[in-house]
Amino acid sequence: MLIVLFGSTFIIYNLGANMGDPLEALRISQDPNAKQQILNLTRELHLDVPSPIRYFYWLRGVLGVFTGHFDLGQTRDGLNVISQLGDAIPTSIRLVAVSTLLAIILGISIGIVTALRQYSRFDYAVTFYAFLCFSLPVFWFAVLLKQYLAIGFNNFLSDPQVSAPWVLGLSLISGVFWSAIIGGSRKRVWIIFGSAFAVTAAIIVLMGLTNWFTNPGLGIFLVSIFAGGAAVGVTQLSTGISNRKTLYSALSVAVFGAIAYFPLQWVFEQKHHLVNFILVALVFAAVGVGASFFFNKIDRGQAVRTSLITAVLVLLLLVVDKLMQTWNGYMSTDAVNYRPVPTVGQANDLLETGNFWNSTLDLLMHIALPTIALAIISFAVYVRYARGSLLEVLNQDYIRTARAKGLTERTVIMRHAFRNTMIPLTTIMVTDIVGIIGGAVITESIFGWIGMGSLFRGSLVALDLNMLMGISLVTAFMAMVANLIADLLYSALDPRIRAGK
Amino acid sequence: MFNKKNKNIDSAASATGGENAIANKEIEGLSQGQIVRRRFVRHRAAMIALFSLLGIALFVFSASGIHLGSEKHPISVPGWWHYSITDLPELAVTGCPDGAVGCPTLDLLPSFIDGTGMQIGDHPFGQDDIGRDYFALVMRGAQQSIMVMVIIGLVGGMLGTIVGAISGFFRGWVDAVLMRFTDFIITIPFIMVGAVIGFKYGNLGVVVLALMLGLFSWTGLSRLVRGEFLTLRTREFVDAARVAGASNARIVFKHILPNAVGVIIVSVTLLMSGAILTESALSYLGFGVVAPDVSLGLLISQYQDSFTTRPWLFWWPGLFIIAIALSVNFIGDGLRDAFDPRQKRRITKKEREQARVAKREAKADA
Repeated sequence: MLIVLFGSTFIIYNLGANMGDPLEALRISQDPNAKQQILNLTRELHLDVPSPIRYFYWLRGVLGVFTGHFDLGQTRDGLNVISQLGDAIPTSIRLVAVSTLLAIILGISIGIVTALRQYSRFDYAVTFYAFLCFSLPVFWFAVLLKQYLAIGFNNFLSDPQVSAPWVLGLSLISGVFWSAIIGGSRKRVWIIFGSAFAVTAAIIVLMGLTNWFTNPGLGIFLVSIFAGGAAVGVTQLSTGISNRKTLYSALSVAVFGAIAYFPLQWVFEQKHHLVNFILVALVFAAVGVGASFFFNKIDRGQAVRTSLITAVLVLLLLVVDKLMQTWNGYMSTDAVNYRPVPTVGQANDLLETGNFWNSTLDLLMHIALPTIALAIISFAVYVRYARGSLLEVLNQDYIRTARAKGLTERTVIMRHAFRNTMIPLTTIMVTDIVGIIGGAVITESIFGWIGMGSLFRGSLVALDLNMLMGISLVTAFMAMVANLIADLLYSALDPRIRAGK
Repeated sequence: MFNKKNKNIDSAASATGGENAIANKEIEGLSQGQIVRRRFVRHRAAMIALFSLLGIALFVFSASGIHLGSEKHPISVPGWWHYSITDLPELAVTGCPDGAVGCPTLDLLPSFIDGTGMQIGDHPFGQDDIGRDYFALVMRGAQQSIMVMVIIGLVGGMLGTIVGAISGFFRGWVDAVLMRFTDFIITIPFIMVGAVIGFKYGNLGVVVLALMLGLFSWTGLSRLVRGEFLTLRTREFVDAARVAGASNARIVFKHILPNAVGVIIVSVTLLMSGAILTESALSYLGFGVVAPDVSLGLLISQYQDSFTTRPWLFWWPGLFIIAIALSVNFIGDGLRDAFDPRQKRRITKKEREQARVAKREAKADA
């Protein structure tokens, strides 16, 4: 492993060292001191030593990690590379983590649906869409996002009335989407299409009439309904709705969420948000576990799992509701001035920092566009892989056996097929997270984020070898760690590999 | 991996299900190449993509002509379009909506819809800031993209195949050394290598840039080819060839390579579609093709701020990137389906009915 790290940094060092002449600006300068400066810089950067040997000067600093004198050198501006990286890495991780998480969850669920509806119209549409995403230059797409999603949406918010063509268009899309996903006989498809169309149109019109866009919120009523829906949905996916005891324990978590709605509004306003939040989460988890132990006498494991997933979803609902309530106040601050979707930057510097929820919302709004840009491309990758992987698993003999045993289709898919589908996907997930860090160069530069990507770009333009090496070291190291994790996960998930050895 | 495939074929062949019988009947008496070609031709999306890619390439190359070589010794074949990227026609300042300058003269709507007739005009895609014809610029950029794609595909594909084949076939220390070297390169994000290369070689023209990028883009392919060679070399037909006294070269080229060609072709197409995006991204960042030459990524980066006033400067290069990359992706998908023996064609209801009728008739005859 260390050999790989050594090799790849060696290659990058020599590439970087031969990239250009760091003294070029001084050589053509008319400054009388230029000669002296050239000499100084040459001595400082060891430019008189050929690059393959110069690499070892740099390596000595890196190897200092074992003796406690870890040193990656200084940038051309005299800043410490380590501290620069220390600032940039969290930014990059924040950007990449959200988008990857989103892409994984959405990508895998849509991918699985397309595999189950193989060769349907929905499958073809998603396939086409995935290929379109593969072929989309992210910098081009980002400009479109800025134009339509940010500026367009901001303009819309200044007069939030949804016009009739939009209502019609969105309802049409929703109708086609749901009828394609659920499928069935022709009559059923039309019924689903009609109801999805009507429901969407009604919701949008209602949202416009109640000024929901400028003053959104779920309220206790909607929170309870969604929480109940989440409980039923999770139970249906994990054990099936006929398992009443599990359903009751999941539902009791949802009920607890509804009861806790008003107390939580008070808790959310208190100081020490993080501590409070962890406490609340623990209470929810305790309720989930308690309920499953109360209702279930046997087979408690799956009930606990179901309740915990439900608890996470309900908690998420409550937080989203709280953020929605903050929306109007956030929009009316001077710093935002009713244009909430920003096109550049990591955070709004003008925003007053006292209000935790305003700052959270601000961070979310700033992360939104770059996340969409990044997620949309890796989403396509996950859709394709999840589809291919599930199709392969469904062809296996043990699936036929499971069906022949008379298991329900849900058990076959969720228990037997889904878990095995995830095995190859985990490897992709791990390496993908690393790949995005390298690939976020473009996204960061478009949206004006100061992360690893923009540091890298800056180091190239300034011919800043130390900075470049610092970034390469971090990415190469992460790539290796990711490979290791992928290998370990793979053998942990797949007993066949362990047995094969 | 390959063994698994074979098992599936065997089980599929031995099963006496009606669907398998239909599928098997179709490939009776055909060689592997014929089967693959048939399957590919039947893949509708891939065929559309193939023709549109060929169409785009022909259109683009004939429009702007071919310009290679250095500044001192240019190799130029003029195209049919009457402007080149260095011409500076007068910037049209009138006749545009909202006071914009140099708007496109292309009008695809006939006069009964928008009042003006269909026409191509002098500058179908408009003009850029200094009056250069945008159609010529976009054509040149698309040409560059296609060249980069082909060169990276060829260089990367060849290197990857060679490295993978050598390490998979000879194994032992050769394999260890080559794969370690592959690991070195694979841990460096491609965009980083690309940026460093582009920064140094971008001004030497797109061919040099593509060649250098190709030198670093073989890693993924070599791993795949190695895996394929490792499994293929243990197969019986290879042993048979060796017993019959075949040389290493003969075994590799006659027996193993033809069986691995599916994997190679499919990943080369994916490599190519990635190459277009990489090149345009590098040019966008300023590390690829540099002015005065043009590339689609460079055009987008130059005119992204004029999106609100002159959107055509932004749309056209992007649409060309998408069209080319999308076609290549669909071709790759078609090839993957064609080469994958597990992929069975969907049996339509009609065919199933026909098979049933045929079976009944056969029974009646007997």
